Order: sequence, then C-alpha cells, then structure tokens
Amino acid sequence: MNGRRLKVWYRVHKWTSLICTVFMLLLFVTGLPLIFHEEIDRALGYRVTAPAVEESGPRADVDAIVADARERHPDEAVQFLVREPEHPELWFVRLGESVDAAEASSFLTYDARTGELLNAYPVGQGVMNVILRLHVDMFAGLWGTLFLGAMGLLLVASLVSGAVLYAPYLGRAGFGHVRRQTRRLRWLDAHNLVGMATLVWVLVVGFTGVVNTLSVPIFSQWQSTQLAEMTAGATGDGTAADRSPAEAVAAAREAQPDKALSFMAFPGNGFTGAGHFMAYMQGTTPLTAQLLTPVMIDADTGQVAATRELPWYVSALLLSQPLHFGDYGGLPLKILWGLLDLLAIGVLISGLYLWLRRHWGRSPAIANGADEGRAPPGGPA
Amino acid sequence: MIGSKRFARVWGMPLVLALVSALGLVAALLADGLGDALSWAALALPTAVSLVITIRAVLPGRA
Repeated sequence: MNGRRLKVWYRVHKWTSLICTVFMLLLFVTGLPLIFHEEIDRALGYRVTAPAVEESGPRADVDAIVADARERHPDEAVQFLVREPEHPELWFVRLGESVDAAEASSFLTYDARTGELLNAYPVGQGVMNVILRLHVDMFAGLWGTLFLGAMGLLLVASLVSGAVLYAPYLGRAGFGHVRRQTRRLRWLDAHNLVGMATLVWVLVVGFTGVVNTLSVPIFSQWQSTQLAEMTAGATGDGTAADRSPAEAVAAAREAQPDKALSFMAFPGNGFTGAGHFMAYMQGTTPLTAQLLTPVMIDADTGQVAATRELPWYVSALLLSQPLHFGDYGGLPLKILWGLLDLLAIGVLISGLYLWLRRHWGRSPAIANGADEGRAPPGGPA
Repeated sequence: MIGSKRFARVWGMPLVLALVSALGLVAALLADGLGDALSWAALALPTAVSLVITIRAVLPGRA
C-alpha cells in the first residue's frame, strides 16, 4: 500500500474511532453485566426457580393465573402472557398502565403447576435497570437508541479500517509477536493483534447491535402493514365478556402442534388487533426457536382466525438478537462473551492511549507523528 | 516464495481466527449439545490468543 492510501485509511480509522470510542466504552462496560443479567437477577432474588412439585399433577388454569394478576393490579391491564420453553414450569404475566403501553408496569412469575404467584420483578427499579437503560438509549428514548445505532455503524467502519491498517503496522515477525522496544510499540502491537483476533466477534456483536437499535422502526413497519392487514379482515370486536386466554393458548397450540408458545398479546395491544389474541409461536430447534409465527385467535369465539409468517425484516431482527446477547449456548458461551467483551474494552483503551500519546506524548518524535504518512516502524511490507 | 511466506506469517493466523470465530458464532445457533460444545471450543481460540498477546504486552521487560 502506498503512503497516501495508508494515510487516508489511517484518517478513517482515527476519526471513526475517536467519535465512537466513548460511546463504545459505555456500551461494552454496561454490556458486560447485561450478558449475565439472568444470573445477576437470580442472585438478587429478582428471578426465582420454581419449587419441585409432583410433575404428574394437573397444570394450573391459565385463566385463573390471569385473573389473579388482574386482582393484584386492578389499575393495570394484562398485556402479554410470556413463556420460556426451557422453563415450562413457569408462566410470566406482563401488565402495563394500559393494554398498549410501551413500558411494563408489573412483571409477575407464576408456577405453571400450582398457579401460585412466585415472584414480582421490580420493574423499572434497581441498578440493572439503570445499566439496561444506559445500554439501550442512555435515558434518551428512541433518539438515544438510534444515535447509539449510528455510533455502532462508526464502530463497524473503524473495525474495517483497522483491519486494513493491520498489516502495514505489523512487525516483521508476523502475527503474534509483540515488539517490546518501546512502550508505544507494545501498546500498538497489543491493539493491532488483539483487534485482529477479536475482529469477527466484535463485528458481529456490533452489527447485530445496530440491527437491534432499529427494532422500534422495524416493528412499526410490520405493525402498520402486515399486522394491520391481518387484523383488518377479521370479525369480532372483542367486547364479549368471556374472553379466555387459556382457550386462546390451547387453540394456538392446536393450530401449531410442532411449535411452542413464546408469548401471547392481549386484545388491544400493539402486537395484535382490538378483538384478538395473538399467540407468537416459536420453533423447537435452536435456530427456529429464534423465529416467531403469529397465530391470531378471535377473542369472542376462541377460534384461530389467521396464521401468517413474519416478513424477512422482522425475522432478521429476531435472528440478530441472540448473536448480540450471546444467550444461545449456555453459561460457557456467556463467559466467552464476557471475556471477549473485556478484550474489546482493552482494544478501545489501547487505541485511545495510542492517539493520546501521539498528540500529547512526551517524546517529540512520536508526538510529531514519526509514522504519519511515512512507513510506520516495522512496516509496511 | 518469500512473498507467500510473508503472507502466511501476516494473514495466516488472522484468517484462521476469523473463520473459527464465525464457526463458533453459528454452531450453537444451529444445534444444541454438540453445536454448543463446538461454539465454546471455537470462540475459546480467539479469546486464548488475545489473552496470550495481552500477557506478552504487559509482562515486565525491556521497554
């Protein structure tokens, strides 16, 4: 690579990195506890393990569970019934200030066998909530989320330009060797080599993070087109008194016997129509478990009214989520996610150090850019 | 010959790490059990290589 092109790539790497680094530090630092949110919630008592009971006994009535949740929170509306296929012994009930409120106001865990309330999640409270908000939108709502998405795109540009600069800045001994002559060379080689070793992981987590920042626009697009079509042609206004969520769940399961319920939206919620339950069914293989099939159930009759696959852009969003969260391969995968996250923080800090040293370093040879535009030490090949 | 040797020294390991990382990211998504184990083994490689480099960089010595 000639000196001028190297300089252009260097500038791209410098500026994309400089702009996004402080936000990436925020995201990688807050992301670390979020990888382990389930374990942390459990340790804090926010999440419970169902007690051991006779498994052969009958299942609790879902209608009774929903009625209990309504009785405990008479001023709130049930928005969703939620399942975790790996925990068939639990039912979760999400309530909001209204049925279509964006935020949850209560999140209750019930024993699916006895119907007993096991736990109420402290919604919107605690340190984990602060960490989550910082990571998702910096307490700045949708614009905060979209801003972080833009910073994520800069990270991707920084990674690509960094990979272009890798070879010209590498020492003669090749990959793996850390030059120890000066402190700057040590940091440079550590930055360059760890950056390359973790490149694909950071690229994937960064890019899927960007996709996740678009979840609100992606879902609104689907809600205003395909979901609107699906609910428009359906009859029934859901005013009948005897709406049974249990019947709706049973009907959805009968319609999709090879799938498992992921969650069910209640009539009036943004994920369904005014007169219908919408059961979102997930597959039972690791890959199809990430995807959802909505089954619409008439709330008045309890019959399945329509079933429709989600469009590609919603499926892409759903598939990008596990690749961002690292929650699809047990605790060992989460630990690797955590270690790679720490290594990425190291790359961010070493990059910042190299830039600071170049501009405010004590050595004038380095401060004046001994390798700016000229061949850097040890390269280019 | 010298050119290809240099190429292997510079790009051999990064390419292997990139492919193994991609394999590790996908394996657990496609299958449980063996898929999970393959993911752990595959993602442990870039992690271990990075840790070795970090240790080499922070070890006391000539600086």
